[in-house]
Amino acid sequence: MTTLTAGDRRRAQPGRKRSDMWSATPWTKIVLVVTIVISAFPIYWMIVIASRTNKEATDIPPPFLPGGNLGENIRRVLANEDAHYLTGLTNSLIIAITVTVSVVLISTFAGFAFARLRFKGGKLLLLLVLITMMVPLQQMGIVPLYRVMVNLEWIGTLKAVILPYLLNGFGVFLMTQYTEQAVPGELVEAARVDGASTMRIWWNVILPAVRPGMAVLGINTFMLTWNDFMWPLIALTPDNPTVQVAINSLNAKYGTDYVLIFSGTAMSILPLILVFVLFGRQIIGGLMEGAVKA
Amino acid sequence: MSVNVDAGRASQAPIPPPRSRPRRSSGLGFLSWLDLKAAPYLLVSPYFLLFLVFGIFPLGFTLWYSLFKYDLTGTEEWTGLGNYTALLSDGAFWNAVVNTIGMFLIATVPQILLALLLANALNKRIRGRLLVRMGVLLPLVTSVVAVAVVFTQLYGRDWGLINWILELFGADPIDWKAQRIPSWIAISTMIDWRWTGYNSIIFLAGMQTIPKDLYEAASIDGASRRRQFWQITVPMLRPTMIFVVLNSTIGGLTLFAEPTTFFGGNVHGGTNSQFQTVSMFIVEQGFREFDYGYASGAAWLLFLMILVGSLVNFLLIRRIGGNK
Repeated sequence: MTTLTAGDRRRAQPGRKRSDMWSATPWTKIVLVVTIVISAFPIYWMIVIASRTNKEATDIPPPFLPGGNLGENIRRVLANEDAHYLTGLTNSLIIAITVTVSVVLISTFAGFAFARLRFKGGKLLLLLVLITMMVPLQQMGIVPLYRVMVNLEWIGTLKAVILPYLLNGFGVFLMTQYTEQAVPGELVEAARVDGASTMRIWWNVILPAVRPGMAVLGINTFMLTWNDFMWPLIALTPDNPTVQVAINSLNAKYGTDYVLIFSGTAMSILPLILVFVLFGRQIIGGLMEGAVKA
Repeated sequence: MSVNVDAGRASQAPIPPPRSRPRRSSGLGFLSWLDLKAAPYLLVSPYFLLFLVFGIFPLGFTLWYSLFKYDLTGTEEWTGLGNYTALLSDGAFWNAVVNTIGMFLIATVPQILLALLLANALNKRIRGRLLVRMGVLLPLVTSVVAVAVVFTQLYGRDWGLINWILELFGADPIDWKAQRIPSWIAISTMIDWRWTGYNSIIFLAGMQTIPKDLYEAASIDGASRRRQFWQITVPMLRPTMIFVVLNSTIGGLTLFAEPTTFFGGNVHGGTNSQFQTVSMFIVEQGFREFDYGYASGAAWLLFLMILVGSLVNFLLIRRIGGNK
């Protein structure tokens, strides 16, 4: 999955008459530069405040360059007794990785069945997946889910957060689309004629071909799970939080201690920025392909 | 990234299993028959098991709960549609509905126009394309809570950067949190900052599928570039537009993290609930007042709002550029 799309190819060709309408005007450049500045500024600002003292953070005019207090602020976040920040960071990692691996596997299985196997009710089941993608399950199911977790005495445990996240209709949809596109039906048929079992076909034919799709789904699931807030806020307790809930605790209790909250926030987006820098090409490629495939 | 009504239809027909299986494995005939028949169901079963437990069951029970009255001591009492009639005459619920729709409109309309403009710029011949696209998408990877924390500080009354800039221009500082419309604007900018770049990348993907000949023909006919944009690009983007708008509708009407964080992690949404959304109302009723029935009723009404909102937007977009 690359970011090379129809439009890119179009421009790569030394076209007959290089229509001027595709060349960047000064106006284009202004729009892009302003956008990137606005995109980056809040993140830059987060680092500026995270590396200052509270006195400097409330200076007028405000500081616009990073200071030297980052280490001390991070130490205060980690030592804070209300936030349980390190626990939150570890929990978020455990939750996000477990959910990502499970969702990718579950979706790859189901995507294979929907795209390349024929079975009674298959079409209907796929339709059901599509319909449920439109239902905001988080808001709709929150009360019963909470009560079940209370009855099971799972409130405050990671499984209470992990299990509901495993239901991901988008993943099934994406992998169905991807398998259809990446695995020719003849290939599956040929393997079948050779006597390969369904599981063998999955392992030897499907899996190698759909790996890029799995990567896109994995990155996407990781980011969504890492960022989610509402359900962990309800299902977990403040002493065993996710990183978002830990930030919320800081925010609720130390509202004006900006440097503390900002340091916690800056650390929480670090893993995401890392993923983005490493896989930016795949993320954008996946987004763009997904958008036009539908 | 693609919720689309046509998706099911678009899929190619799956390859049927061969009717005549190779005879040579006749000893394993039954096993291979079983494999052929049962394997597909086995493959989709993990998803549908989860779907049953974490999809159907909560939805059904939300409906069931909404028919009961709960109080703080945990007793429950049948009330039929009582929760729904109470909700519909509850000023606090309507306040949440108005806030949700208000913020949805303030956030979404400029966001889609800006995303179109940005996508058009991204669609030009530019250097460092990947880096530019990554720069545009950067806000998406920051967490919602992080965005809300930073913006809440930027919108601070006394030391916020935005009030400082306003004062530089001689304007009076604004108490963003205290008043309704300013708080809606502040929250809307958080949403727009995070999602405009994402939507522009989606639009860009759509724009690149538009045949170039259309523009060439229009140029020959003497259509200005602006006219080409509104008469060709926008109408041709309709499928993408439907996806983006439906996505924004669901996201906007279920808004929760930004306004909650804006009020220091409290779901009350401001001292007078001036920015409490329906999602926050549900959490407040369910998990602060422990009125599960009321919260469940509100959840179903929210679902109704989303259905109506999606339908209205869908019909609206279909009208763009004529109904061909």
